[in-house]
Amino acid sequence: MSIDVIGLSKEYSEQKAVDNISFAIKQGEIVGFLGPNGAGKSTTMKMLTCFVLPTSGKAQICGFDTQVSPLEVKRSIGYLPEHNPLYLDMYVKEYLNFVAGIYGLKGEVSKIIKTIIGNTGLSPEQNKKIGALSKGYRQRVGLAQAMIHNPRVLILDEPTSGLDPNQINDIRKLITDFGKDRTVLLSTHIMQEVEAMCDRVIIINKGKIVADDATVNLQKRFKASLILHVEFKNEVLKQQLKEIPGVEMVTENGRNRWKLAATKGTDLREIVFKFAVETNNVILQQNEEEQRLEEIFQHLTKD
Amino acid sequence: MIHLLKKEIRSFLSSLIAIIVIVVFLLAIGLFMWIFPDSNVLDFGYSNMDMLFNMAPWVFIFLISAITMRSFSEEKRMGTYESLVTKPIGAAQIIIAKYLAGLVLVLFSILPTLIYFYTIYQLGSPIGNLDIGATIGSYFGLLFLGSCYVAIGLFSSSITENQIISFIVSMFLCYFCFSAFEQISKLSALAPIDFLLEWIGINYHYQSISRGVLDTRDVIYFLSFTVLFLGLTFKMTEKSK
Repeated sequence: MSIDVIGLSKEYSEQKAVDNISFAIKQGEIVGFLGPNGAGKSTTMKMLTCFVLPTSGKAQICGFDTQVSPLEVKRSIGYLPEHNPLYLDMYVKEYLNFVAGIYGLKGEVSKIIKTIIGNTGLSPEQNKKIGALSKGYRQRVGLAQAMIHNPRVLILDEPTSGLDPNQINDIRKLITDFGKDRTVLLSTHIMQEVEAMCDRVIIINKGKIVADDATVNLQKRFKASLILHVEFKNEVLKQQLKEIPGVEMVTENGRNRWKLAATKGTDLREIVFKFAVETNNVILQQNEEEQRLEEIFQHLTKD
Repeated sequence: MIHLLKKEIRSFLSSLIAIIVIVVFLLAIGLFMWIFPDSNVLDFGYSNMDMLFNMAPWVFIFLISAITMRSFSEEKRMGTYESLVTKPIGAAQIIIAKYLAGLVLVLFSILPTLIYFYTIYQLGSPIGNLDIGATIGSYFGLLFLGSCYVAIGLFSSSITENQIISFIVSMFLCYFCFSAFEQISKLSALAPIDFLLEWIGINYHYQSISRGVLDTRDVIYFLSFTVLFLGLTFKMTEKSK
């Protein structure tokens, strides 16, 4: 296992930031760590990176316990902390040189730095001071310092927060490329991010894990109440649709187009088809609305 | 380790802190030693460097507090501390690198005063009429004193994210350790332990070493003092976990 978390808790004086969570992440997985602000995502990551000591429980990275052998843990991970802290008065290359030195990288350090600058798309800005870079490029520097030693596990705390859509796409691509054969744990509160990048989602709320499943499964699991979009050939009255058993809500979506919400547990497709046959109508189009992770998330983290 | 030290020294240089500290130190000491009528060596008539060694501890209280105030406060406030300690290095290494960087800066502000030494050496009548042993001892004393101040400064910086608080706490602690113990020991109520109190203060050992006798007890005192405050700094960084 790349990351093994067993009964991990962190209590601050009065508040339980993380409450007895357990999960395991295999080599090569990209896992999204999802939750509202203050759910305990960052605290968990800080415990995984040995920055914060857990109150109870333990965490292992690549088999090394964070409390027993922190140096080995820190060597195996690349970590991008929240808000991407950087030394703003350093030059990009100088900073990467410094990080490479701290990791004790041997051999041709300048070559390693050149590669990572190329991989993270920093080339056009490589001779600038970090303080002079835009947020997107700073984020690349943050990722570059996390990836420079080619870690087996990458832990990223909100890697795309505050970026514009183009930058977000670039950064996501970078992370998915990197995560092909390595383990990535990234936290976010943006659902699309998880849908775009992660094989698996762990949803955490108020310090507790409320869901932990493959992204696809999670979407399936919550399909209970589904929405159907139908287009009829001939005119239908709203009242008629409302009377169909199993239909909870009807909204008009343009000419002869309707959005039907089913009561929980009913599959409307067949019923609507039968209705069309009975009323001598023709269905031109009918499709189910896929429930977005967003709604699942809201559902799970609702008070 | 060497990379950390380089980074610290570079941050002194790039922010002009190093230059300003050295210039201000030399300027302040220079004014007292050569210009101000009440205190300059030329009018004073004796060829010694007491002015430098009496003034420097006071000037250093300000300057060393200023150079160390940001060391941990700034890193913690900016979050770079988190990124630093999650790299495969221990907190102890970070502290030692910062300490050494401060000490290097102190060393480089003291070094130019060797010119003063040379000047007074030449001005002596006859030439070279200067207590060289005491002067060398005083230089060592000044370096040890700087080491203690740097350790105090780092500790003050590790207790807060606010640089101003760190600066003020550091100045107070430096002053207290340097001189206040000696002052307190003069209270008649504390007469039974007056020697002990005086002995705890830095000034006692600073004076002792500037007589030109490198007493191992003083050296051990200075080193333990430094280690004590660096240890407290370490405790503070552990506590924040």
